[in-house]
Amino acid sequence: MAPVLDVDDLHTEIAVNDGAVHAVDGVSFTVHRGELLGLVGESGCGKTMTALSIMRLLPGGGRITKGTVVLGDVDLTAMSEKDIRSVRGKRIGMVFQDPMTSLNPTITIGRQVAEPLHLHTDLAGRAMTDRVTEMLNLVGLPQPSRRLNAYPHELSGGMRQRVMIARALVCDPELLIADEPTTALDVTIQQQILELIDDLRTRLGMAVILVTHDLGVIAGRADRVAVMYAGKIVETTETQRLFGNPRHPYTEALFEALPENAAGTNQPLYSIPGMPPDLVNPPPGCRFAPRCRYAEDSCRTDPPPLRGEVTGHDYACFFPVGAAETGPITGLHKPRPIVVDSGFGRHAAEPGAPLLSVTGLVKDFPITAGAILRRNVGSVSAVADVSFSVTGGETFGLVGESGCGKTTIGRLVVGMERPDAGTIWIDGTNVATLRGKARREHQRDTHLIFQDAYAALNPRMRVGAIVAEPLVIHGIGNRATRLNRVREVLAEVGLPRGAIQRYPHEFSGGQRQRIGLARALALQPKLIVADEPVSALDVSIQAQILNLMSDLQERHGLTYVFISHDLSVVRYLSTTIGVMYLGKLVEIGPAGAVYANPVHPYTRGLIDTIPVADPWARRTGDDGVRGELPSAIRPPSGCRFRTRCPLAQDVCAEQEPPLRTFGNDGHQAACHFPLAVPTFAAESEKSVGTA
Amino acid sequence: MTINPPLPEQVHVSDTVAAPVDSGDAPPKSMWRLGLEVFLANRLAIVGLVVVLLFVAFCFLGPLLYHTEQLRTDLAQANQPPGTGGHPLGTDDVGYDELGRLMVGGQSSLEIGIAAAVMATIVGTLWGAIAGYLGGWVDAIMMRVVDTLLAIPGLFLLLLLVAIFTPSTGLLIVVIAFGAWLTPARLVRGETLSLRTREYVQAAKMMGGGNRRAILKHITPNAIGTIVVNATFQVADAILIVAALSFLGLGVPPPHADWGNMLSDGTAFTQNGYWWMILPPGLAIVLVVVAFNFLGDALRDAFEVRLRRR
Repeated sequence: MAPVLDVDDLHTEIAVNDGAVHAVDGVSFTVHRGELLGLVGESGCGKTMTALSIMRLLPGGGRITKGTVVLGDVDLTAMSEKDIRSVRGKRIGMVFQDPMTSLNPTITIGRQVAEPLHLHTDLAGRAMTDRVTEMLNLVGLPQPSRRLNAYPHELSGGMRQRVMIARALVCDPELLIADEPTTALDVTIQQQILELIDDLRTRLGMAVILVTHDLGVIAGRADRVAVMYAGKIVETTETQRLFGNPRHPYTEALFEALPENAAGTNQPLYSIPGMPPDLVNPPPGCRFAPRCRYAEDSCRTDPPPLRGEVTGHDYACFFPVGAAETGPITGLHKPRPIVVDSGFGRHAAEPGAPLLSVTGLVKDFPITAGAILRRNVGSVSAVADVSFSVTGGETFGLVGESGCGKTTIGRLVVGMERPDAGTIWIDGTNVATLRGKARREHQRDTHLIFQDAYAALNPRMRVGAIVAEPLVIHGIGNRATRLNRVREVLAEVGLPRGAIQRYPHEFSGGQRQRIGLARALALQPKLIVADEPVSALDVSIQAQILNLMSDLQERHGLTYVFISHDLSVVRYLSTTIGVMYLGKLVEIGPAGAVYANPVHPYTRGLIDTIPVADPWARRTGDDGVRGELPSAIRPPSGCRFRTRCPLAQDVCAEQEPPLRTFGNDGHQAACHFPLAVPTFAAESEKSVGTA
Repeated sequence: MTINPPLPEQVHVSDTVAAPVDSGDAPPKSMWRLGLEVFLANRLAIVGLVVVLLFVAFCFLGPLLYHTEQLRTDLAQANQPPGTGGHPLGTDDVGYDELGRLMVGGQSSLEIGIAAAVMATIVGTLWGAIAGYLGGWVDAIMMRVVDTLLAIPGLFLLLLLVAIFTPSTGLLIVVIAFGAWLTPARLVRGETLSLRTREYVQAAKMMGGGNRRAILKHITPNAIGTIVVNATFQVADAILIVAALSFLGLGVPPPHADWGNMLSDGTAFTQNGYWWMILPPGLAIVLVVVAFNFLGDALRDAFEVRLRRR
């Protein structure tokens, strides 16, 4: 059977000031009807440019220089601009990453979904409305006929992405291109959207190209995978073969950099050294050679061809890892054991006084109306009665969906917000009651690391001034001693000395997060709150930063509060994990216990929802947390999770469950119907977590 | 103590997204340098810059080379056409040399224009940044003050003030700045509202930094594009306002001159065909104003491009 799409030797260039970026450099693949092809790679590897080249939607300065893109029987690269317009939206549908910006906020969703019909069909009036309603129903939008006149802002992120999918599919395309369709969404919503795409492709029999950086997203869904690196496909085969027997060293390294593979091992993650090559002047040989463990001289001079010993498994490497397949692949590739680096790791914290102790913390954000005389018309309950404590030198991981209040806790701890009630004891001082200068004095003991390292660095200050800023604020040392301290911390986070003179925009994402870490270290704080410090980074860079953070903790006895939506990252780094849901701490306990034997249904669901990079993992479709996070303005009564809980009964709506203890290692959860038997019923009133 | 795989030396091979970061110690191009390169690549900006510099040289250096009598009138020499009696641009109705007058008049126009713009920009920037950063009732009160002043017609306010006080260069600067600071105040406040939520401003707060630091170190430098661009337009506006006031007879008092009152004097002789009293000051005003506008546009590009180069 002829493929739906046949991309052959595609080359795309983007003109820049000093030459051309060879964004796509000889990419070939095919997609068949009903097939889902995963296009995986790190940022800048050319996966999005490949997708845009197929649609001929390249940004300014971009052009296809060579190769063909055959859809059915026509070559899209040879089409006129006018003709290609009849293909876009009709024969190929596309879903973009950010549903917030992909929908026009001034037009109702009904009209936006109808737009391709206006452009490509003769449908009108009743027939068109029916078709739009049918589509919205198909993508699982509740009450579609009533939502036709809704505006995008009235829908949640997940619902907007469903609308985007409806719009992409309304003309029955042969091919759907989904470019990171779930990256901007929460993990529980991500699962639902991926299921939807998977389901629609079987029902509608289309070909799908799923572009993503997340191996977990690919594992359970794709039939075949193409791994891209620096504008080229380095390995392509069926999903199970790729995960069971990766042949290219880059693919192997990607697997080994995943934090879930090193969870509980107390070992550093494998991180790919260095960064992807400059695509204006790519290296002559294998593009991965400068970062490859197995590279030899021939790799640096000759580009390896994309081929393989067995049909259907091609890789571009002279010295492949693994062995040629002889029989079927039955299980996941197990990363080779990493040489034990003595002394590394997260020791279980020795019992000691807690460095940070939070009790009964409450924070409401008022919602105001009126321009001058602001009236309070309600409040968002961001943090509601949260208590936990963190022993010095350990890492406390805080997980939950966006909007659960984990970031607010971080901001309260470092003094960026004032709590409405409760205490925050840091090293023997209740900072919650301090104001003004006294509070600012204590801010030198804590530091917050932001998710977006670039946004947290003043673009008009040199790195030297940025890192010295905390010292200047607290009036420490003079110009010379400050400069010495800056040099010291920059060296410690692995940045070159020349960095002092440079501006943040000259650095890559990973390096910027290193600058953030250097600034955090400048004052030698006791506690560092890291708010999603690696979520914006690629897997290989993420591993570098996580290793660096562990190393710094080891060297300086730092205490971390590590906030993330990514359970596997939290699991890897933390000694204790706290799970938050809608302002409440629902479960807390040792990382291993919480992950392996969750007692709260929410934690269980969250763990089941994480896309695992394992095609053999159990996937029943019923697992995980369904539905969407309720509003924190009027949180559900009783247990806040009850609206999405499979075990909820009447008592859950009436009574708020107290934290109860499970086991003897400080594992606690707040649930009326826990998944395990509580140990001490008498202790249920005591709601202080222990380390 | 152990060290992890990402050793400092291994980490920095090269970088695709941003400009390469080498580990050399040579100071890299500064932001100003990069901005200057973009600025100089703009032809209109060069034209604007050259015109402004020529006028500054003409007005302030010209009188050193071309000596004329600009204090005493000489009615015997009044209304001479260009080229007669050693007057390349002729004389005006009281016998002043027109070319020399253009230089002296330009001095007041440029001085008042630039000084008023600088003053208005500084006051407006601080006002707007403080209001925007502190927010709440401080913002409400400060911006209502701005709204109130904006509600009074500008020219009316100027005329009133100039009628009460005797006009002088200093007074004109203050009066024009008084009417002009409202625009930068509004612009900078708007900018501040978005800047204050930026994480680097939050980071300074998190580290224990105070309001003054946030405003002076983090907000104002990042609003510099808006501020400088607006300042150049302010210069152009101020020169026009001086001209308008003088045209109405409320500018700098005689024997001082500026382009506005030269133009005003000249218009009395429109019917006589004394074009040399009208065209030179008129053209000077137009050229300088247009040149400053070119500068403003180019500066905007220069500042934006610097930020775009991530």
